Amino acid sequence: MNSHVKITEVQPADLSRRSFLVGTAATGLVLGYSAISGADSALAAAPSNFEPSVWYSIAPDGIVTVTCGKADMGQHVASTMAQIVCEELGANWKDMRVLLATNDPKFNDPVLGAQITGGSWSTMMNFDAMSRAGAAGRIALVEAAGAIMGLPPYFKDEMVVRDSVVAHPKSKKQVTFAEIVKSGKATKTFTPDELKAIKLKTSDQYTLIGVSVPQLDIPDKTRGAAKYGIDTMLPGMVYGKIVTPPVRYGATVKTVDESEAKKVPGFIKTITLDDKTGTTTGWVVAVANTYANARKAADALKITYDGGPNAKLSSESLLTEAKRLQALDDSGQFFVKDGDTKAALASAAKVMEAEYTTNINIHCPMEPMNATAEFKGDILHVYSGNQFPTRSGAIAAGAAGIDPKFVVLHQTWLGGGFGRRLDADMMVPAVQAAKAVGKPVKVIFSRENDMTMDFSRPLTYQKVKAGLDSDGRLIALDHDVVSAWPTKRWGIPDFLSPSVDKKGPLDAFTVNGADFFYTVPNHNVRAILNEMAHNATPSGQLRSVAPGWTFWAVESMVDELAHSVGKDPAQYRIDMLDGRGGNAGGAQRLRNTLLAAMGLAGYGTKQLPKGEGMGVACVSSQERATASWTACVAHVAVAPSGEVKVKKLTVATDVGTQVNPDGIQAQVSGAALWGLSLALYEKATLKDGGIEQTNFDTYRPLRMSQMPEVAVNVIANGERATGVGEPAVTVVAPAIGNAIFNAVGARVRSLPITAEAVKAAMKA
Amino acid sequence: MATLNINGRNMSVDAAGDSPLLWAIREQLQMTGTKFGCGAGLCGACTVHVNGEAVRSCQTAISDVVGKKITTIEGLSAKGDHPLQKAWIAEQVPQCGYCQSGQIMQAAALLSKNMNPTREEIVAHMDGNLCRCMTYSRIQKAILRAASDMRTASNAATERRPT
Repeated sequence: MNSHVKITEVQPADLSRRSFLVGTAATGLVLGYSAISGADSALAAAPSNFEPSVWYSIAPDGIVTVTCGKADMGQHVASTMAQIVCEELGANWKDMRVLLATNDPKFNDPVLGAQITGGSWSTMMNFDAMSRAGAAGRIALVEAAGAIMGLPPYFKDEMVVRDSVVAHPKSKKQVTFAEIVKSGKATKTFTPDELKAIKLKTSDQYTLIGVSVPQLDIPDKTRGAAKYGIDTMLPGMVYGKIVTPPVRYGATVKTVDESEAKKVPGFIKTITLDDKTGTTTGWVVAVANTYANARKAADALKITYDGGPNAKLSSESLLTEAKRLQALDDSGQFFVKDGDTKAALASAAKVMEAEYTTNINIHCPMEPMNATAEFKGDILHVYSGNQFPTRSGAIAAGAAGIDPKFVVLHQTWLGGGFGRRLDADMMVPAVQAAKAVGKPVKVIFSRENDMTMDFSRPLTYQKVKAGLDSDGRLIALDHDVVSAWPTKRWGIPDFLSPSVDKKGPLDAFTVNGADFFYTVPNHNVRAILNEMAHNATPSGQLRSVAPGWTFWAVESMVDELAHSVGKDPAQYRIDMLDGRGGNAGGAQRLRNTLLAAMGLAGYGTKQLPKGEGMGVACVSSQERATASWTACVAHVAVAPSGEVKVKKLTVATDVGTQVNPDGIQAQVSGAALWGLSLALYEKATLKDGGIEQTNFDTYRPLRMSQMPEVAVNVIANGERATGVGEPAVTVVAPAIGNAIFNAVGARVRSLPITAEAVKAAMKA
Repeated sequence: MATLNINGRNMSVDAAGDSPLLWAIREQLQMTGTKFGCGAGLCGACTVHVNGEAVRSCQTAISDVVGKKITTIEGLSAKGDHPLQKAWIAEQVPQCGYCQSGQIMQAAALLSKNMNPTREEIVAHMDGNLCRCMTYSRIQKAILRAASDMRTASNAATERRPT
């Protein structure tokens, strides 16, 4: 796969889980990107601008432009970064603007040391750096204002900074940011140590953090004016349309007959990709003067393939293989190994086992994958909305056969990301076509290309074995998770985690969440790579990643255990969230969040009609170190046919500190509906090595008519800000499954939940 | 070569008559507010108006719209201030925003005929427009807000009219 893509590490980077825990500022994982003259022309500050930090500049008209190094795929992260800067800087929100960074490493995430957007990490990991950048600017502006006002430096503590104005109330003098920048007197610079020493505001001093200011990206998105990757237009540009093989991965092109394609007006060339990065296999791109003609030419190509080693595989084969691997004692590596589950299970009063599965899921953001590539002198320019410029630049370089330092990625707004745009497959045909025809080429996937060539959420199989003592308490849990390993595919060792049993690195992004906050004295979690699935369905990170399946298993199983010993499932959870040992703090926050959701939903207090039920679930997504404490009460009505109607989702989430409450509402609500969509509606299947679903008629994300009432309740208790893009995805499916059980006594263990499965379980 | 009337202007496009309107608008005329989503009339991202009706431009051949009035998101209002566009900002509807031109165009066709739609009528009219960010609830709120604003404006206009 991609393991042979060389990513130049100028400095060793520690991007392991540990580095998130201690928050070390890793500065490595640089692609050797050199300062290319002109590459950043759009970002180059006019000489009269004031640039107190790499993150923003203030123009002589007082406009503050924040450069966002994160991919904005609708989570309004650019606006959020601007809001954090604005708080400390003391600017007027109306003066704030945003710009999207190129892949220049100076815009790397200050904690991660790379440009990558995912994991619901951005706000948490950039809050401090943006705050300090903002405060540094304010300090410099105050100093300059003092000089303009003719006041001695020690008057700085009497200055008030607000709404882009520095005022000295005692002398009734004031000066605007614009006037200060125009004066040229704002020149103070800060060393890293000086930045670190700045005393930041405390939460009681905030005037903008916690306020629902309008998101800066929204007005353009109501006028069709926001530019996405697909909207890139370059002079002399031509178009590429890819033809992808019937097999998801591993096919090779045998012959290409372009005789009919040549008859299409405007046809330029057919290129069979030679992808040494291993990102794509068996792709051909037809290039023509317009996209309509490129599509016609692509449709007219007659291509024969060797289907390769995966051509006969199906979802069933992947599941069978997963079960085989799980049954082996020496499969996989341990992610969690606490106590002695074997002994505890042997002595348990009761032992229960269950299997949980999830089917393949497809990202299908509304903007199909696309990229535009142009060679200009020695430099390859790629225009494409992307979540992982640090790696994608290396893939583009690999496709071009050049050093990554000569690749400039131009970021755009993302027409949805959800993890799909962490990958760079869309850049490969654009780069190779541009090289072959000597012109800029824009490649746009059809929806069919986009769906069948997705780096999908893998098919997962989980086996859970639980032991209870005579009081019904959970004393032992063996949890095996078998899946493709999306993060291993990246070929960046730093993103893998050491295993507890020292059997080599594991992909924690397949088991996160299984290391929950319940107190269970004997607890094993085994991460097992399904090599067959890994090869046949190269997987990716899909919104909420591992907790999207681990909590499906854990939160369903906990419910089953509670019912088996006649306890209320919510109370059973609360009893296990006692905060003992390493669970201290987190367990209590999760308990409180669960209680909040229960109270808001009227759990246990409302009399429900026959066939209706409420179910609970609670999660510490995304990772133990980055959790937003999230709970859901789902209220469902189940018809005798097994058809499930979700009447209401009540979600509570503890995010510590809210930067933009309205933005958080939008994210959590959208995430909860994603959870619902994955729980009931979205299913992809593999057959003969290919994904069977090709468009929105067969792969069916939630539509407006399927939307239940969603009540989102955010707990902001002053702890550090955590992420909100994903956690609510993970809590919904188990809450629905548990509600179905409470409604009609049917236990379902496979996602998506179908009417047939519910009906079958009702009879059982 | 075909001449199309888009947003009140005649524009010529060099494309075969059977090729989709979408690509002519987006890639030849470079009006990129109209989006490509599925190419099969399943998602609504490419919605434009033809003689006031909402249509999927990916499923509309150029030859079928010659001589008709085509409106894209860029031409919905002179200054981006159609009541729906204002409501979309007031309700902070868009997340990624990619589907929103199509959502607004679809909604505008509804409100041009029915300034007082029920929630059910909104759902029925909008159900063909996918939003992968799942902003449906805010879309509904924004349509109801815009409808209310339009009724208020319309009543005010009626009251001002001399009897």
